[in-house]
Amino acid sequence: MTSALAEATPERLALRHRLAERGIDRVLLLLLPGVAFVVALFLYPFLYGLGLSFQPKQGGGPFANYQRFFAEPYLRDTIWITLRLGLPAALINVLASVPIAYRMRGPVRGKRLITTILVVPITLGTVLTAEGIIQYFGPAGWFNKVLRALHLTDGAVPLIQNYWGVLFSLIISGFPFAFLLTTSYLSGIDPSLEKAASVLGAGWWQRFRHITFPLLSPGLAMTFCLTFVLAFSVFPSAILVGDPSRTTHVISIAAVHASNEQYDYSMGSTIAMIMAVVMLIVIAIVLTWRGRMYRGATGGKG
Amino acid sequence: MRQRALVARPGVWLVWAVMIFFLVNLAGVVAAVVVNSFSTRWFGSWWPAGLTGHHYADAWKEFALFDVLKVTLQVSLAVVVISALIGVPAAYALARRDFPGKRLVTLAFLLPIMVPPIAYGIPLATVLYKFHLGGTMWGVILANLVPSVPFVVLTMTPFIEQIDSKIEAAARMCGANTRAIFTTVLLPLLVPGVLAASILVLVRTVGMFELTFLTAGPSSQTLVVTLYYSMSAAGIRAPQAVDAMAVIYTLSMLVLLVIALRFVNPTQLVTRVGEQRERAE
Repeated sequence: MTSALAEATPERLALRHRLAERGIDRVLLLLLPGVAFVVALFLYPFLYGLGLSFQPKQGGGPFANYQRFFAEPYLRDTIWITLRLGLPAALINVLASVPIAYRMRGPVRGKRLITTILVVPITLGTVLTAEGIIQYFGPAGWFNKVLRALHLTDGAVPLIQNYWGVLFSLIISGFPFAFLLTTSYLSGIDPSLEKAASVLGAGWWQRFRHITFPLLSPGLAMTFCLTFVLAFSVFPSAILVGDPSRTTHVISIAAVHASNEQYDYSMGSTIAMIMAVVMLIVIAIVLTWRGRMYRGATGGKG
Repeated sequence: MRQRALVARPGVWLVWAVMIFFLVNLAGVVAAVVVNSFSTRWFGSWWPAGLTGHHYADAWKEFALFDVLKVTLQVSLAVVVISALIGVPAAYALARRDFPGKRLVTLAFLLPIMVPPIAYGIPLATVLYKFHLGGTMWGVILANLVPSVPFVVLTMTPFIEQIDSKIEAAARMCGANTRAIFTTVLLPLLVPGVLAASILVLVRTVGMFELTFLTAGPSSQTLVVTLYYSMSAAGIRAPQAVDAMAVIYTLSMLVLLVIALRFVNPTQLVTRVGEQRERAE
């Protein structure tokens, strides 16, 4: 303490002052309810679940639940089944939204209408989507009727109660989000960069490959992650349109089954933790890949 | 004009063709449900045998839709109000101050959005039941707040950042106290952002299946969960009544989305959220 701070009140003021210089003052109190909330309702339950997963209901060592999960093929395979649904769904949603968003960048006629139509599936909800897929893609549905009328197939193509129905439902529910995100990332790229490349004689593919895509790829990685979170936690559609006991027995079904039907909260938490870990591994891989791409200003508002 | 000519290649037609194929099938999926909800009997033919509206009346009575809608409305409004009350002040602090540990706090707000709802919903439901909140309306509200509060924080932070802090400084110079600054300067400027975030939270909460499913009891189900149960217990009730209820759900979501789109430019809001997420890594 320097001599100037010898008096009692200035010392208190000085401490407050020094803290304020580092950004700590009473405004931070506003943060308290939010932080307390996240700690109480997200971090605490999550850690509680983690602790619970090491206390198996049937006894055994702390890792008994994890051992059981990886020993039983019926449980172990859920990871693979979920990835097999979630990764293609996220990939299709992102890859399909890139060209459409790319087309919608410029002044396209009916842009607002098309954007609205593409976003509307958000309102459908899982049940209407599921009912619709069952009725439309079912053996007696309009899709198979049209195929037969065009003599493309003889019998009905099985599209529901299997992998494909769930994939369709994931695309319908996930595409609007992927499209919105991609559009916004694209709008953050300065169009004059592409114009400059065009002036220098680059064709559309060269412009896309060397200008737009590198600038867009961080956004695409983020979009992929967020769409994957949605697809990975697929639950209602895997039960309603899928084949929940076999080919679409996804990890969230296993988790809910353990905790809500067998009342084995320990096993339910174990599967939930495994789910979170797999999820984070995929996100980490995507973000590592992204980290190796170009990072820098996109020139536009972003 | 030259620009247009440059990009009009076969690839463009392919993009349009794929998009139209997707939209036609999507329309088919929706139309199949809407037509079935009005049909007397529809099995195997191109068009139902006859049309009727009585399934809507049946659905309303059989599923006690009035009560379900009341619960849905109560839960969603409570979630919107509470998440705004908790989230907006936190967003203000995050937007205006740079403090040690800010990245950690941002990460804490980011995690509930990045972790799948089922993964934290199961432990959360266990904890809520431990405190005798599981199965009650408050349990459902608390569970739905978990992704909503971070959502408000992450959408409002960039919004508040763009409000010039000099305005507040100027008001203080002119002698306004904190309360006056808040009510006469900040609040009017915040209203559009709060409104936008609230409507998006409302849409998310009405549509949130997983968390409500895990925490709701018989008297605290929202519309999505009632729909799910009525469909998974198929055979007890006419599928047309389930479809009618699904149509009611979609129409109410559509109204909410149209209102939301009037206040928010979705792409812009998403950009802000996206950037925020990126920065927070």
